[in-house]
Amino acid sequence: MLNEYYDTIVIGGGPAGLTAGIYLSRSKMKTLILNEGTVGGQIILTHEIANYPGIEKISGYQLANVMKSQAKSFGCTIKSNIKITGMDLTGDVKAVGINNKEIYSAGSVIFATGGRSRNLNVPGEEKFKGKGISYCATCDGDFFQDKNIIVVGGGNSALEEAVSLTKYASTVTIVHQFENFQAFEHAVEEAQNNPKINFMMGSKIKEFIGENSLEKVIIENLNTLEISEMNIEGVFIFIGYQPNTESLKGIITLNDKNEIIVNENYETNIPGVFAAGDSIQKKYRQITTAVADGTIAALSAIEYINSTKILNHA
Amino acid sequence: MLQTNLKHILSEADLKKETTENENVMVCCGRMGPMCVPVYGIMEELESEYSHVAFRDMEFDSPDAKAIRNLPECRGFAGLPFTVYFKNGKVANATSSIQSMEQVKSILDSEFKK
Repeated sequence: MLNEYYDTIVIGGGPAGLTAGIYLSRSKMKTLILNEGTVGGQIILTHEIANYPGIEKISGYQLANVMKSQAKSFGCTIKSNIKITGMDLTGDVKAVGINNKEIYSAGSVIFATGGRSRNLNVPGEEKFKGKGISYCATCDGDFFQDKNIIVVGGGNSALEEAVSLTKYASTVTIVHQFENFQAFEHAVEEAQNNPKINFMMGSKIKEFIGENSLEKVIIENLNTLEISEMNIEGVFIFIGYQPNTESLKGIITLNDKNEIIVNENYETNIPGVFAAGDSIQKKYRQITTAVADGTIAALSAIEYINSTKILNHA
Repeated sequence: MLQTNLKHILSEADLKKETTENENVMVCCGRMGPMCVPVYGIMEELESEYSHVAFRDMEFDSPDAKAIRNLPECRGFAGLPFTVYFKNGKVANATSSIQSMEQVKSILDSEFKK
């Protein structure tokens, strides 16, 4: 069991976590970023970013790599694709365990765990992922040339991707659990005016069925409770995001959407524990807002560390 | 060419050579898209831990990638990337779409025992 001490451990390697890493390391704080997936977070899912000030156009993958290099250049240690297997945030020294074999301790912790696409969590979803079920229209749209497909969801992503999928598919049926869409009016209008798009409102998919690949879905009408079957070869799921905070339940105060509650200094309810980015309670989720969150959380952590050092030396 | 730090397979002949010369080969055939990039990242992470495995990528849209796209083991695949595991030149396993570190390691551990 390794037990190396850091000033701050940042959990999460998206824009918020990497920005915190840049600010902390540049302030000579010994910093460790722990990331359960590939460094970059959700921005690596973005093909092109055109609204990040100072950069006209860049892919999410490239921007993430620049942020990662910046953090490393200031001395930040980054461990990615690890599994957090334990944590103790009580007391002045916090501990985080990874992969059931290494433990790192620190004076402060910043959670920048981000969010991820929601799954439907119905039978057959995992089995047919990549064999009829997709979460990315730009990646997998061309596998469904001249086929009938379903798009699940009613937000901007669902409607915009449904329109883009009509380039390939014969028909696109939007299945949405509510009677109204949550998307912007222009996105709804564009979908409604597209002759290839049909709508199945007040309905949800109950099950995915097939042998080697997806062949049909079971759909429930939520008003009549009527169950029907639809032969279909492709289903694209766009039902929003959820914060990656499951492991924090009962440890840090979360709101009813499982988002971390922080004050204006991005402190959680535990002294020395901060949070930033898409996993915190807030209205707008952009790369720019995540970067700002990471900056403030890092500066607050630096102030906290320095104040505890003064107290310990007093 | 894919912008990864993995060794690239550029042709069908390359693929044949790699799978002939190496006992264990994992090939991720994709694009620089959101479902593919995380798998390349996982492979880069695992290169030092699994030194007995050759980790390679191949551009899905190159004509020669038909050698992967048309494999019987990839029939019914409709999600990028197509990831194929070769043992002694033969397909040992294949997956479609994004995979987690846990899923990749589980296949490597079962198909490519040290």
